[in-house]
Amino acid sequence: MKQFFTFVRKEFYHVFRDPKTLLMLFGIPVVQIVLFGFALTNEIKNSKIVVADYAHDNASAEIINKIKASAYFDIQESLMSHEQIEEAFRSGKIKLAVVFPANFNNDLVHLNHAQIQVLADASDPNTATALTNYISSIVNDYQMALLKTQQIPYRIVPEFRMLYNPQLKGATNFVPGVMSLVMMLVCVMMTAVSIVREKELGTMEILLVSPFKPILVVISKAVPYLFLSLVNLTTILLLSVFLLDLPINGSILLLYAESSLFILTCLAVGLLISTKTDSQQAAMMMSLMGMMLPTLLFTGFLFPIENMPWPLQAISHFVPSRWYYIIVKSVMIKGLGISQIWKETLILFGMMLFFLGVSIKSFKIRLA
Amino acid sequence: MLNHITKTYNDGDIVAIDDFSLNVEKGELFGLIGPDGAGKTSIFRILTTLLLPDKGMATVVGYDVVKEYNAIRGCVGYMPGRFSLYQDLSVEENLTFFATVFGTTIQENYYLIKEIYEQIEPFKNRRAGKLSGGMKQKLALCCALIHKPEVLFLDEPTTGVDAVSRKEFWEMLKRLKAQGITILVSTPYMDEATLCDRIALMQAGKILSLDTPDNIVKAYPVNLYAFKDENIYTLQQNILANELTESCFPFGENLHVTLKDETDSSLQDLLKSLKERGHEQIEHQKITPVIEDCFIRLMKE
Amino acid sequence: MREPVIKTEKLTKRFGDFVAVNEISFETYPGEIFGFLGANGAGKTTAMRMLCGLSIPTSGKATVAGFDVFTHRDDIKQNIGYMSQKFSLYEDLTVLENIEFYAGIYGLTDREIKDRTDELIQKLGLQKEAKHLVASLPLGWKQKLAFSVALIHRPKVVFLDEPTSGVDPVTRRQFWNMIYEASANGVGIFVTTHYMDESEYCHRISIMVDGNIEALDTPANLKKKFEADSMDEVFYQLARGAKRQAD
Repeated sequence: MKQFFTFVRKEFYHVFRDPKTLLMLFGIPVVQIVLFGFALTNEIKNSKIVVADYAHDNASAEIINKIKASAYFDIQESLMSHEQIEEAFRSGKIKLAVVFPANFNNDLVHLNHAQIQVLADASDPNTATALTNYISSIVNDYQMALLKTQQIPYRIVPEFRMLYNPQLKGATNFVPGVMSLVMMLVCVMMTAVSIVREKELGTMEILLVSPFKPILVVISKAVPYLFLSLVNLTTILLLSVFLLDLPINGSILLLYAESSLFILTCLAVGLLISTKTDSQQAAMMMSLMGMMLPTLLFTGFLFPIENMPWPLQAISHFVPSRWYYIIVKSVMIKGLGISQIWKETLILFGMMLFFLGVSIKSFKIRLA
Repeated sequence: MLNHITKTYNDGDIVAIDDFSLNVEKGELFGLIGPDGAGKTSIFRILTTLLLPDKGMATVVGYDVVKEYNAIRGCVGYMPGRFSLYQDLSVEENLTFFATVFGTTIQENYYLIKEIYEQIEPFKNRRAGKLSGGMKQKLALCCALIHKPEVLFLDEPTTGVDAVSRKEFWEMLKRLKAQGITILVSTPYMDEATLCDRIALMQAGKILSLDTPDNIVKAYPVNLYAFKDENIYTLQQNILANELTESCFPFGENLHVTLKDETDSSLQDLLKSLKERGHEQIEHQKITPVIEDCFIRLMKE
Repeated sequence: MREPVIKTEKLTKRFGDFVAVNEISFETYPGEIFGFLGANGAGKTTAMRMLCGLSIPTSGKATVAGFDVFTHRDDIKQNIGYMSQKFSLYEDLTVLENIEFYAGIYGLTDREIKDRTDELIQKLGLQKEAKHLVASLPLGWKQKLAFSVALIHRPKVVFLDEPTSGVDPVTRRQFWNMIYEASANGVGIFVTTHYMDESEYCHRISIMVDGNIEALDTPANLKKKFEADSMDEVFYQLARGAKRQAD
């Protein structure tokens, strides 16, 4: 046990004595949060929306046809109750819901004034804004057309409700994204590089020749980075709560537990990279190309996955950060509990076991 | 201590060690001597259980290097070619770290490293990366010794270290040997051969010769002469052009010359012909070969 | 009297309070093999950098190949060759490409490049390997190639930084034969090393301790003076007192 603690202490020395590592560890989250806070544009192709038509009259049918005519939406017509719609939002199945009240045409004709309810999932604020804008322009078009044929001015008032993120804060989107990115970067790269550095230095040879068990080498490498990543997580959360006014709606404990799971997955990936490379540069390149890019591309916080061609969507299923991103969004922003995210958690757990298994198996107790 | 190592090690097409056998006695200071690429490091790695031999078997302190690698890992000390220290840890932290990893403390075996450690103690708070080559070497040796190993493997410990540190290092090894530790050391420097009890001259994975340095020198089969003149380069050209010459190569300030089928008159004949070619002032002398001469001769055979 | 190829007078380099090189004075001549010895941290590298035009001296005078190290550093670079222990060859280029590259950066004409490349390949006997990657050559050949490349622009003096560590004795002899040949052609050779047996191949050697040149003579004279059997012992006597442990 004492050997183990000595080893862990040594790892901390390495980290704290290298200004570059420190900068990477703690500078990156801050920079990323600030950076991603500004530049974010999303496309909204093929967004799933639900239309609940309780009116079933000419007016509603016409508007629905116009919505259907647009290439942007993937429309599902169903008479959902508000509870069902809510449920569909939570599970992430839909981005937007349009509800026509029962007396839509009646109200319009007799009162000259009718309402449509538009609900949007604003945890993805860019998509939500774009979608609601689109719906309101369609409704406006319809109004204008009516005006030309009739003399009486009809008014249709869409009532918008942004779910989960009423102020449409972009932060809800990128904070979970940055979290998965930073965890990935720190854990994968740091672990890989720190092990490969020992190979380069030749100290790995001595460690292997020592009675210290190789598996303990692996664990003692993992512990400091797990700890540092949790520190990092705390930094990000503090930043997002106090700087970006983004509250944590779900259980903090659950958030940390899920994050630890993701960190372990990343550590396992880093370990795997370290067993396959012999130089620090190679390890760094592999971590960047192999991990950073997929995280950026396939997590869904920069580019909505639903807009991608199916092969890319399929690939995204194998990217751990995609699942972590969903989990963080659910827990942090939607305030959901484990019962709603057990599937993602299970997938992540499976991935962790897989990577850990493979990397421990390929960790060599000898040099070649 | 190390019994009958016979192994072939094939790495792709490259044969690093070719059917190699070696037996080192307990308490011996044994030298593996050969240039880069001779296979020295591969042998060390096999013996320290870091590499698996393709063929053959080897034992260290009676343990098999393949099956009982865990037992070996506890009782050998290993200093790889580059000084494997954590550059960003201080001298003391490095030593403490390796002591703990090997399951011991600095105090427990301090008597063993005391003499060496005292020389670097004034710098104990300095980062290892900031030490000179000689000090790194001493620290690395301390780290390899801290758990009182039965066998010490030192892979090219004197490469890249200046002459003063080299000399001190070999003196340290002698004292360690006196403590009963078996030492296996490798070096590309032929002049260090005489400091070992026995040596194996190695080239391309094979042993050219294995014996005490004295015996290897005694086995040199022909007379060796040292020639010297103002202009070494033209002298060498002229000696090589002479049909009496078997070999002639520069050696420090001299040329070392051997003659073909030497008879009593060969040397005089050579000198005479060189004089005719304008080398009036040749100094010559019959000399005792050194290990390097032997190595050159064995390489050519 | 021949013109010296390297001439220094009280050449000094300070880094703040630290005197890395302290008023060294020496001369080397065309065709002379000059060994520049010293322990780690004695100031060898700093001195050599100044002579190669890579670092400006703090005070003193020095000329290399007739050019002043203060004012004509570019001319110096054109007239010296340099080979380090890492050989500075591109492992992923072929033998031919390496030669052509180095000839090219020294501004030789196409005609010269072609002639000298052919000549060099011929001399080294590398015809078969000319189109092979340098990575595939044995260490000894790389060394010879590196040395030849350092001479491709016919420099007046060539600097060798620990050139022969790690090669077998036969290859080493062949390498020294090349050095002797270059020296016989009038090229000044400046060798740094901390291996004393190597120093005995030099015509004259200087030994630096703590930034000063403590001894400068032929190996034979030095051995006589210090009543030593080998240069190792001479060096040991001189360097034992060194105070610096820098590096």
